Amino acid sequence: MLTLAHFLTLGAILFCLGVAGIFVNRKNVIILLMCIELILLAVNMNFVAFSRFLGNLDGQVFVFFILTVAAAEAAIGLAILVVLFRNRKTINVAELDDLKG
Amino acid sequence: MPIIEITFYLFAAVLVGAAVMVISVRNPVYAALFLVLTFFSAAALWLLLEVEFLAIVLVLVYVGAVMVLFLFVVMMLDINLAPLKEGFIRYLPAAITVAVVMAVELMMVLWVRGKFGSEAFESPVPHPPDYNNTKEVGEWLYTQYMLPFEVAGIILLVAIIAAVALTLRRRPEAKRQDPARQVQVKRDDRIRMVKMKSETKVEE
Amino acid sequence: MSLTTTLILIPLLPLLAAIVAGLLHKQVGRAGAHWVTILGVGASCVLSLWVLYQQMYEGLGTQDITIYNWMISDGIRFQVGFLVDHLTSLMMVVVTSVSLMVHIYTIGYMAEDPGYQRFFSYIALFTFSMLMLVMANNFMQLFFGWEAVGLVSYLLIGFWFKRESAIFANLKAFLVNRVGDFGFLLGIAAVVYAFGSLDYADVFGRAGELEGKTFSIIPGLDWQLATVICICLFIGAMGKSAQAPLHVWLPDSMEGPTPISALIHAATMVTAGIFMVARMSPLFELSDMALTFVMLIGVFTALAMGLIGIVQNDIKRVIAYSTLSQLGYMTVALGVSAYSAAIFHLMTHAFFKALLFLGAGSVIIALHHQQDMRYMGGLRKHMPITWLTAWLGTLALVGFPFFSGFFSKDAIIEAVALSNRTGSEIAYWGVVLGVLVTSFYSFRLLYLAFHGSPRYTVDAGAGHHPPDGVLQHEPHESPAVVTVPLILLAIPSVIIGYFTIEPVLFGGWLSDAIHVAPQNDVVAELGTHFHGPMAMGTHALVTVPFWLMVAGFVIATLVYRFRPALADYAAMKLPVLHRLLENKYYFDEFYQSAFVRRSIQLGNGLWKKADAGFIDGWLVNGSARLMGNLAARIREWQSGYLYHYAFAMILGLIGMLTIWVIRS
Repeated sequence: MLTLAHFLTLGAILFCLGVAGIFVNRKNVIILLMCIELILLAVNMNFVAFSRFLGNLDGQVFVFFILTVAAAEAAIGLAILVVLFRNRKTINVAELDDLKG
Repeated sequence: MPIIEITFYLFAAVLVGAAVMVISVRNPVYAALFLVLTFFSAAALWLLLEVEFLAIVLVLVYVGAVMVLFLFVVMMLDINLAPLKEGFIRYLPAAITVAVVMAVELMMVLWVRGKFGSEAFESPVPHPPDYNNTKEVGEWLYTQYMLPFEVAGIILLVAIIAAVALTLRRRPEAKRQDPARQVQVKRDDRIRMVKMKSETKVEE
Repeated sequence: MSLTTTLILIPLLPLLAAIVAGLLHKQVGRAGAHWVTILGVGASCVLSLWVLYQQMYEGLGTQDITIYNWMISDGIRFQVGFLVDHLTSLMMVVVTSVSLMVHIYTIGYMAEDPGYQRFFSYIALFTFSMLMLVMANNFMQLFFGWEAVGLVSYLLIGFWFKRESAIFANLKAFLVNRVGDFGFLLGIAAVVYAFGSLDYADVFGRAGELEGKTFSIIPGLDWQLATVICICLFIGAMGKSAQAPLHVWLPDSMEGPTPISALIHAATMVTAGIFMVARMSPLFELSDMALTFVMLIGVFTALAMGLIGIVQNDIKRVIAYSTLSQLGYMTVALGVSAYSAAIFHLMTHAFFKALLFLGAGSVIIALHHQQDMRYMGGLRKHMPITWLTAWLGTLALVGFPFFSGFFSKDAIIEAVALSNRTGSEIAYWGVVLGVLVTSFYSFRLLYLAFHGSPRYTVDAGAGHHPPDGVLQHEPHESPAVVTVPLILLAIPSVIIGYFTIEPVLFGGWLSDAIHVAPQNDVVAELGTHFHGPMAMGTHALVTVPFWLMVAGFVIATLVYRFRPALADYAAMKLPVLHRLLENKYYFDEFYQSAFVRRSIQLGNGLWKKADAGFIDGWLVNGSARLMGNLAARIREWQSGYLYHYAFAMILGLIGMLTIWVIRS
């Protein structure tokens, strides 16, 4: 018997993995972006599950918008990454500290 | 165990495994490919929930577009991977601690209190065969969510322009055309009228 | 033209003239400025005379007209309105006619001054303010006029604002008047507290309610409410009418141009306090204590200030101290409930004192702004008109029989003699001795300025700013714009007392404005002995004041005409008295050390410790410094590394989640 909790658990695990990924891959911007995608997927998973179990389509519409924004974000993030690499010849976050106070 | 549960656990296992691989593999190309797998499994789980439209969109948009973009970038840039993995081992305990603490807290919310179990939320009734999820979502999108939908379109447009504007660069050695200047060209810029006497025959 | 329109026009025309002359001074030019103001004030004077005529011969009753309701707050009406009774119309005529004379005179006196238009604008504005004051039918408008005449007075004292002494005098007048005005404001506030109304008619109509009411500021100490109100109001009058001990600003105000010394600091503004007390007579009649206070202040001012006049050398200051002394006489009259005598003296004094000031101004022009009488003398043959009018003014001032000042001053002295108020015996001797003093310094002034041999020398090559006592050319009579006002003022100075004493004092003419309790009514008692002005004049020959006046004349003649050395001898023989008078009883020194220096110390202390130290140093700069230090610490946390920020966010997330899990 699948309950809502099953799906939410899956989303939670996915979310924790995304957070852990941000921790361990702290120097690679590309992986960081992927981890953010994982976290967003976790959120989407919850939305979809709630939408289905509540019989309400709003959640699905929200997922649609999240996908849109996530796609835009990924595109711009990668564009920034390209420009960054072009200028600094690196994507190592440890070397990017121009905003140091 | 019914087929539904089996399918769920199978894809859930794949999903979690792929996600673990995403954050742990050394090579970003592999990571991107594992991410593709993660999204695939998620799409399969959504199908299980009868959310067909989003499942397809997830595959199309993420697997078809975003992940390809990731792969392109990863392969295009000549990245030295060695320093990027520094500190992986060092921070692993902290990462595991954080993840476990968070997971435990979330599980407590989900399972211990029983607010999300079968007694709180009844399992959804399966849709009839002629149910059309795409149509339903479309009706919502184009009626109640019309304005946000259009805003989302504009966000995508801005993202396109921003991505192009950011990465566009002028190389001095590249040969380019300037359509504006081509259109503005006048006759006088190109032709010089020269008056000269016609040749006279030399009398011999 | 309806009466209301006329009454509105009377103050408004000078105001318009002031605005035109002041704001459009470039467009109208010098001639334009004096024409527009003289026409404005002249029209206002004609209209005032018309109103007075209507009241005297056409039976026009008291007019109480509200023009405009500014606001009504908690039942108290703030309004602009006119109360025109006999007192008001008399004051209107005095103010506008003296003002008109001064306007004309100014053409000659200020002819070479660069601030010509500004001066005309100010004096026209003054006329407006003074008219608003006397025509008010409520306390708020009275206060407005009160402060407005004060404002113009300060502006005019500091008219030559490049002169250090003028600025000092200006500040002094302002500060001393603040003290008085504060009392006045408290008085008005007490009136509002007691009656809940600002309206004269309302307040005077219910004045009887004050009887027996008490009031305690300090618990356990009950004061008669009527006394508190009257003394507060009178403190205002003390400031404005320069009664001791708030008199110190008036002599210094002589730094201003002479025409305004005549108009503001002799004839009109300084009498505003007298007018106000007379107007408030229904309230003052309720408090014997306040009236006694008024009388004692007045008699002290009348005698003590006259004595100072004896030792002054500046011609304008002598007249200024004389003004103080005469204001003291009016105040004494108020104190013995002889309000109509005070108003009568106010009117005659306005004419002859303006005359004396303008005469002094004429002398000052002739001597190129030399005001020191030690460098004058023998001007009689150079300036016959000025000399003659100055004599007439002086005779009026000292109270020579049949001159205007005689009737008014004698009425006051007689009223004091008849009064049975506590301390009226002292007051009587004070005012009687004052006659001797007045006579002495007045004739001293005449002798020093006009008679004897010249104490200046004429040196054509002395340059533009010659030293004291040296003139470039012989003095000569002033132009017609100066002498004509002198003559025009000399006429009422001589005759007005003879013709008006009967209606003003004994005909009950002011009875519609002035209320006197029957047991205090010394003027009525005086009236039983009155058998016409002629009899009063001839009877004077056998009274003490007349012979004291003659004595003053004889002493002055002896000392300053024949034996000049006597004055120095007297000064040497009485060093203490002389020094006391020279230093004006040390009032200035006392104020300087008691208030001014303390205030400056307090101000410096507050400035350095409270403002610069605490507010600026601690609150303003301190908070900025705190933020700066805090920010310097916090910016250490800004490593610039992305993962540090991500780590912080995740920690925050875990924290929030934990709180939520624990609490839910």
